[in-house]
Amino acid sequence: MRLYGAVAASSFRRYATYRVATAAGVFTNTVFGFILAYTFIALWSIRPHLGGYDQAQALTFVWTSQAMLAAAALLGGGFQQELQERIRTGDIAIDLYRPADLQLWWLASDLGRAAFQLLGRGLVPLAVGALCFDLALPSSPLVWLAFLASVLLGLLVGFAVRYLVALTSFWLLDGAGVDMVSGLLCLFFSGSLLPLTVFPGAFGDVARMLPWSAMLQVPVDVLLGVNSGAGLAGSFAFQGCWALVLLAAGRLLQGLATRKVVVQGG
Amino acid sequence: MTEAFIELDGVEKVFEVRRRSGRRLRRERCTVRAVDGISFAVPRGEMVGYIGPNGAGKSTTIKMLTGILTPSGGRLRVAGIDPSRERTRLARRIGVVFGQRTTLWWDLPLRDSYALVRRIYGIPEARYRANLERCVELLDLGALLGVPVRQLSLGQRMRGDIAAALLHDPEVLYLDEPTIGLDVVSKARVRRFLREVNSEQGTTVVLTTHDLTDIEQLCRRVMVIDHGRLVYDGGLDGLHAVGESERTLVVDLERELPPIAGVPGARTVRVDGPRQWLAFPAAASAAPIVSAVADRYPLVDLSLREPAIEDVIARMLESGEGRRSAVP
Ligand SMILES: Nc1ncnc2c1ncn2[C@@H]1O[C@H](COP(=O)(O)OP(=O)(O)OP(=O)(O)O)[C@@H](O)[C@H]1O
Ligand SMILES: [Mg+2]
Repeated sequence: MRLYGAVAASSFRRYATYRVATAAGVFTNTVFGFILAYTFIALWSIRPHLGGYDQAQALTFVWTSQAMLAAAALLGGGFQQELQERIRTGDIAIDLYRPADLQLWWLASDLGRAAFQLLGRGLVPLAVGALCFDLALPSSPLVWLAFLASVLLGLLVGFAVRYLVALTSFWLLDGAGVDMVSGLLCLFFSGSLLPLTVFPGAFGDVARMLPWSAMLQVPVDVLLGVNSGAGLAGSFAFQGCWALVLLAAGRLLQGLATRKVVVQGG
Repeated sequence: MTEAFIELDGVEKVFEVRRRSGRRLRRERCTVRAVDGISFAVPRGEMVGYIGPNGAGKSTTIKMLTGILTPSGGRLRVAGIDPSRERTRLARRIGVVFGQRTTLWWDLPLRDSYALVRRIYGIPEARYRANLERCVELLDLGALLGVPVRQLSLGQRMRGDIAAALLHDPEVLYLDEPTIGLDVVSKARVRRFLREVNSEQGTTVVLTTHDLTDIEQLCRRVMVIDHGRLVYDGGLDGLHAVGESERTLVVDLERELPPIAGVPGARTVRVDGPRQWLAFPAAASAAPIVSAVADRYPLVDLSLREPAIEDVIARMLESGEGRRSAVP
């Protein structure tokens, strides 16, 4: 277990060395935060209580998602491309002959990255948002703690989905198509474009049941206290179940991939 | 009798590939027999060279030995373990260097990469320190420990990689072209290091390379593989006999003369002014040839040239081609 701790720590440090990229990312997230904030203000002044949020909650949604965007890799940028590239070039050979578990290794590395990006890319946009707009941030530290737990569960789900997608590279050497589809699904069904609560009817119900909603929609709802009490337990259970199912599927696929499949390159 | 540490028995690896055939878009399935029935055994502590032309199947064999590729047929054991079935268990006992790839972490200083390797293999602190110190000294890594891997030159990175493969005291070390791209000084350093690891720690070493000087300086035994088949397995000297190689006697005469004739066992292959070249079988003694020439010709100077191992192997592979194409 200490190995995976070290892997996470070194991944954290690695992302910490990309200072310019971090600064550029913070800038972009903040700018987009403003654009989306004014868009949401326009929307919510026409339709107050859209999706069950008041305007302050909608703005909190905007700035929290900007703060989580990099950590949850909602627009890409996580480990997925790196793992796919290693499979495509055959560098995966090096990971495979080590006495370490491939899935845990990449999970640890991805959590290290996310931890850095939550701090490095998240704090500033959220602080700017809170200074410039009227947000519905909770005052209770317990709610913040629940939020962080929910973010962690969301990271697990996000990792598990992307790990499955990345492993398909063992069979499909050109992963561009799969990447595009999975990127779009993630962008929309995580709630990065619009909160999933605004979609009515069966479509909205289905969208909120899919694993992507565990990555952003659910953690933000936990922060907003929309589903406190029994609802909070429900949120954790929802995220936890998806995490377990998808991580288990990843293990299964990993077993298949490493047993049957060819490592590329000389 | 020495017990075999690495054992291959009729090992095969067949790749299935899809190729575009002709101008049509239809893709045809075909198979590549990368390794085509190879058998050999390596006892513990031996250092063997594993050579052959591009595409012969060397890297494929190494991958099967590490367990990351499953053989399509045959039986393979390393330390009694079937590598592809128990890859992770075997992994603690082997070290691998793939010359074209790095095991190090691109953005981390060398030192941090080693710290991770230490965790991966659970190396006890004292042993880790001692091993690292030895590697740093012998591979001259001292000045590089704080440098991120992406800033290392190819040769520096390779030395870093070799050290990384040895920190956990592996029982066997697979080296797939470890001297690729190294300068003369670094090559010598790496060779000296490998010789020491092999003799002091008793590490079994399987070495793949296109630089035959590596083989000459390190390995007593060499295996030659071609088109996935083992075409030679034996001592380095035996290669000369099998390859029908020739040594060359270069003689300087007092003046220009017609090609030397009538020396039994030798033939004149080249004449350039007063200098002439005589070829004779590598296994034969040079003494009678020298005295036969000295008896009958005004000899000023002479020198003897050993056959280059490259030529020997090239000749062997060519004659193998000949044999193969002769068989329908
Ligand atoms: N993943 C793969 N898919 C299909 N064919 C492969 C694959 N890997 C290797 N081959 C084929 O197997 C054969 C042996 O390749 P291998 O990499 O083992 O050669 P090698 O002896 O290491 O050559 P080199 O000296 O060039 O490194 C080659 O003909 C190659 O085209
Ligand atoms: Mg090779």
